[in-house]
Amino acid sequence: MNTADQYLKAVYLAQRMEDGPAATGTLADMLDVSPASVNEMVGKLEERGLLEHEKYKGATLTDEGIERAHDALTTYCIIERFLTNVLEVEEFRDEARALEAVIDDTVAERLDTIIDRPAECPECFDPEADCCSYLEPSLD
Amino acid sequence: MSLGQRVATDHQLARLLQIGVVLEEVVESRAAHHLESLPEAEREAIDPDVEALLDEAADESAEHRDRLAALVDELEAETVPYEEINALVDARYGPPEGTDGVLYDQLCNEETAYKFYDDLIGAIESSDAEYAIDREEVLETLRAIREEEREGVEDVTEIMERRA
Repeated sequence: MNTADQYLKAVYLAQRMEDGPAATGTLADMLDVSPASVNEMVGKLEERGLLEHEKYKGATLTDEGIERAHDALTTYCIIERFLTNVLEVEEFRDEARALEAVIDDTVAERLDTIIDRPAECPECFDPEADCCSYLEPSLD
Repeated sequence: MSLGQRVATDHQLARLLQIGVVLEEVVESRAAHHLESLPEAEREAIDPDVEALLDEAADESAEHRDRLAALVDELEAETVPYEEINALVDARYGPPEGTDGVLYDQLCNEETAYKFYDDLIGAIESSDAEYAIDREEVLETLRAIREEEREGVEDVTEIMERRA
């Protein structure tokens, strides 16, 4: 998953958590980068029509941005589910976070052929727990 | 969440190689399932090139799996046995439509594997981490497998073009 898709996913989840625009600080915390890096990428994504940014409020995804974020979140859910169901990784959240940049969506699609996902995926993703609400995260 | 592609630890490297093994097992298992899934009439009249392609794909995946498994073993990790992945493929397998569907799925298999190895090679190259196994040995193995996947894409494309 490329960096832009990781940002879009973070904006999508932050919007769900905050029930409004995604604040720069929230995105910086989620992505573990500086607010300046967030502002730079948000500007690029705005230029590409994937989100709108309002000063002092934050970023809101456009319809196209929501679609891309949805796909990115689905890829992430596949990685988490694959790690826990097939490789039986207990710390699947930490590992999914570390691996998501290296796993492409086409690879995730293949992995998806051997796992079970709920029909509502990725809506069942819990942004606060940072995993599917049907998966039991181990205690970090 | 971690931005940027790089493989920073032995653990991450082992995990990605394990995923590579599973991908190869999926390819091998799906190739075997495809032949069995074709309707009897189509199976009997199957293009010998397609049959040979699927056989070779299964053999090649098994060989790739062994090479990856040897690296995983050196990293003191384990791989998921083929039988387990085969059972998972079996449980969720939906046959593609006819020989062309089979070829298309095979093309996706080869392209996906190529992309996976390409990304993995890039992620290892952009890391300056020291691994418990020789970095060059890992990269050489992965580059050789990537090359075979590229040839695989060409082989499938050639047959698809000929049948079109």
